[in-house]
Amino acid sequence: MFGTFFITGDPLILGAQVSIGLVSLAAIFIVTYFKKWKWLWTEWITTVDHKKIGIMYILAAILMLFRGGVDALLIRTQLALPHLEFLHAGHYNAIFTTHGVIMILFMAMPFMFGLFNIAVPLQIGARDVAYPYLNSLSFWLFFIGAMLFNISFVIGGSPDAGWLAYPPLSELSGSPGIGQNFYIWGIQISGIGSLASGINFVATILKMRAPGMKLMRMPMFTWSVLASSLTIMFAFPILTVTMAMLFLDRFLGAHFFTLDGGGNPMMYVNLIWMWGHPEVYIVILPAFGIFSDIVSTFAKKKLFGYKSMVFALMSISILSFFTWLHHFFTMGSGADVNAFFAITTMVIAIPTGVKVFNWLFTLYKGRINFSQPMLWTIAFIPCFVIGGMTGVMLAVAPADFQFHNSYFLIAHFHQVLIGGVVFGYFAGMYYWWPKMFGFKLDEKIGKWAFWFWNIGFYVCFMPQYALGLMGMTRRFNNYDTDLGWLPLNIVSTVGAFIMGLGFLFQIWQIVYSLRNHKKEKTGDAWDGRSLEWSIPSPAPMYNFARLPQVSSQDEWWEEKERRAAGVPVEPAQPLEPIHMPKNSGIPFIASIFWFIFGFGLVWDWLWMAIPGFIGIVVTLFARSFSFDTDYYIPVDEVRRSEEAALKGAK
Amino acid sequence: MRRYLRVLTPLLIMVMAVMLSGCSGQYLVLDPKGPIGESQRDLIYISAILCAVILVPVLIMTAVIVWRYRENNKKVAYKPKWEHSTKLETLVWGVPTVIIIILAAFTIKYTYDLEPSKAIASEHEPVTIEVTSLDWKWLFTYPDEGIATVNYLKFPEGVPIRFHLTSDQAMNSFWIPQLGGQIYTMSGMAMTLYLQADEAGEYYGSGANFTGEDFSKMTFKADAVSNEDYNAWVQQVKSSSPELTMDGYHKLAEKGTSDEQSFSSFPKGLFQQIVMQYMNGSDMPMHHGNSESAGSDKDMGDMDMDGMDKDMDMGSSEHANH
Repeated sequence: MFGTFFITGDPLILGAQVSIGLVSLAAIFIVTYFKKWKWLWTEWITTVDHKKIGIMYILAAILMLFRGGVDALLIRTQLALPHLEFLHAGHYNAIFTTHGVIMILFMAMPFMFGLFNIAVPLQIGARDVAYPYLNSLSFWLFFIGAMLFNISFVIGGSPDAGWLAYPPLSELSGSPGIGQNFYIWGIQISGIGSLASGINFVATILKMRAPGMKLMRMPMFTWSVLASSLTIMFAFPILTVTMAMLFLDRFLGAHFFTLDGGGNPMMYVNLIWMWGHPEVYIVILPAFGIFSDIVSTFAKKKLFGYKSMVFALMSISILSFFTWLHHFFTMGSGADVNAFFAITTMVIAIPTGVKVFNWLFTLYKGRINFSQPMLWTIAFIPCFVIGGMTGVMLAVAPADFQFHNSYFLIAHFHQVLIGGVVFGYFAGMYYWWPKMFGFKLDEKIGKWAFWFWNIGFYVCFMPQYALGLMGMTRRFNNYDTDLGWLPLNIVSTVGAFIMGLGFLFQIWQIVYSLRNHKKEKTGDAWDGRSLEWSIPSPAPMYNFARLPQVSSQDEWWEEKERRAAGVPVEPAQPLEPIHMPKNSGIPFIASIFWFIFGFGLVWDWLWMAIPGFIGIVVTLFARSFSFDTDYYIPVDEVRRSEEAALKGAK
Repeated sequence: MRRYLRVLTPLLIMVMAVMLSGCSGQYLVLDPKGPIGESQRDLIYISAILCAVILVPVLIMTAVIVWRYRENNKKVAYKPKWEHSTKLETLVWGVPTVIIIILAAFTIKYTYDLEPSKAIASEHEPVTIEVTSLDWKWLFTYPDEGIATVNYLKFPEGVPIRFHLTSDQAMNSFWIPQLGGQIYTMSGMAMTLYLQADEAGEYYGSGANFTGEDFSKMTFKADAVSNEDYNAWVQQVKSSSPELTMDGYHKLAEKGTSDEQSFSSFPKGLFQQIVMQYMNGSDMPMHHGNSESAGSDKDMGDMDMDGMDKDMDMGSSEHANH
């Protein structure tokens, strides 16, 4: 039974095993040495505070960006020279599979949820999300799912059937190992967390807005979160069901997607893209929101075409459900079907294009400040527009017969995902960093990181468009030199490493800024426009001592103008005790049981899965019957904390 | 910082330009040798030009606006409250919509023209080649000539080739970039793809959909030759190559790579059997859009090839109209 438990024999994996062991030991030692276990438990693991959960999400995302990035560099190293014996075929296949899954599901998604958590309640003037306990559970389900997926690298073997695992390759007949089980359960468990988060933010935005904040007064980021969360609510159930069906195929010999017994792999391909295509809009819409907030803040101008922007966001969210087939025009669905999906796909370019124009018009006649969040936004615009245009070219169904699965496609989606999503989330991270921690990240090191990322990006991916036109298909681990692919592959690899340097600069930037920073005392680090900038940084645990009264878009900006104009300030309402949720250890404990359950099913060990499942049920009951879940912060404490913040600001 | 960049950026651009120019003529997709590939190349150019109509102005606008309205340029206007202009809004919704409508019109026309199962108009009768993707090699069977090859295709130039495609196990995609776009090969289904080479030459072909371990070894040569050479080659294969038996096929279908091979004969109806082998328990084969499966006779071994082709063509035209 344990013969295949640990992966042995590969020096790279052995090195990883040793370093994972050492790092874990070091972490345990440090926490014990500094006597931080209690702090870790009460302040972080059991927290239901959206701001702390957001920070944990982003920390996990950066960790996963590192893992996915190392995968990327290994891929590019293997492709730098033809017939390189750096990674053998099986290992290479595992690495591009984990690279894709990790970057989308365990890097982009948590980064996005982290930003949701940090900014949304503050932007709408709420004291927390609608369901703080569920929020904590979502985080821990995501985290444990990610860990389950990641340990497959050293225990049992990684999945190697591609990031979307088409059957029959991903069925028992094509992938008899257990890597595919890790894939199913890693995604399944974290997917439940994502779905819950989507529901949570829809409820938060619809029900928790401060008095006076009508829908059409919400900051654009909040709108984009609403669009994205609604998309999650409709898309993620499809993923859950698809993964469950694939699991039943593998575990119980069902015939949903197998070749025998009436199964049909094409059904899987349809289902997975019915989730998969909305998924890319789920991650890009919040980036659009971030850019919208940033352009108006850093150009010191009202956002151009607010209504248009809202309409564009919502229509993209709906249209994203009608384009999935463009991922397999070449599957022979016939001209009618292909023409329909080609056109729905192109139509999405219209609202997306409108957003780009509106950002440009916001900058027009503004006073543009080039701080880090704005730099990333400016880099995003040309990058995303080029990526979007190649996307339109891919949408032209008959032409896609020549692009499909080639490096042209690879270059396209990396351009929209890095140039759009990653740049967007970086911009958001730099933008809200002072709100999270009370200081800005170092500008100078940040500029180095910025240029390395940007130059690296173009050097890495522009050659890949050319490689696609030269006939190079994705997922090759080897190629011959006679097709002339060699020079461009070398260039591309160099570019990837330049981006890697950019990442290292960012880590250095964070470490450096933690030690050398100027405290940002005003709470309004960028002369902001929305409500999150009206409170101290970092925000007190209750966010707003008094719930704000909202009378316009850009409420905080207008408030500052009113103050400057000497409009008499209304007398402040008396403070009241603030109702808050209590911390809970149950989400963390529940996620441990989910891990046990998932790990048991991965190995087909029912003796492990059944107790895990019982544990999950027990934690559900434990939560249902715990009534002591909230408390009030007394007025005195609120007053003390507000006065301290006020003193700090002076 | 800026100093380094000023040196670095042009340097990188120059290096890239040299690299790119060094390999012109290798852009297989843009250098097609058959009617399908040519239409697809035209369409790529049309869509690229239409996209550029938006792309170029946006890039210029971005550069100009970002530079002109920088914070320390106090000479230009600052209008912090300007947030709406019906004229501009109409323009930014209108212009992209018009471009997309034009592109959509081209797309629809070409989608129907280039439907892979649609026959290429020609005075010549098409040559039929059956393609089976295996783990990890390609099996090509020539039903009319009765020969078979592995990882190697030969066909006459100037004649439409009708490929019937399927897979045994994992899903692959059959792609000869210089002749035209690809189509998936899927178990339990038979797809149809018409291609044609207008000039003789040895074309690069590959599998374009990941199928596991040795997927990258599934490249093959597609050799378009004159009619005489083609006939001579068929005769040569018939006289000098070994037979492919059913056992031989099962051996070939096992996981593993293969060199180029040729066979003087193959079991009658092999392709239909490969398609139908997963259909136990159901009488009807899979139907999927325009791709027609191999008919519904239970006894596939005795299947009449001409009848099948007729079925297929009728099926295609019916499907194209519904």
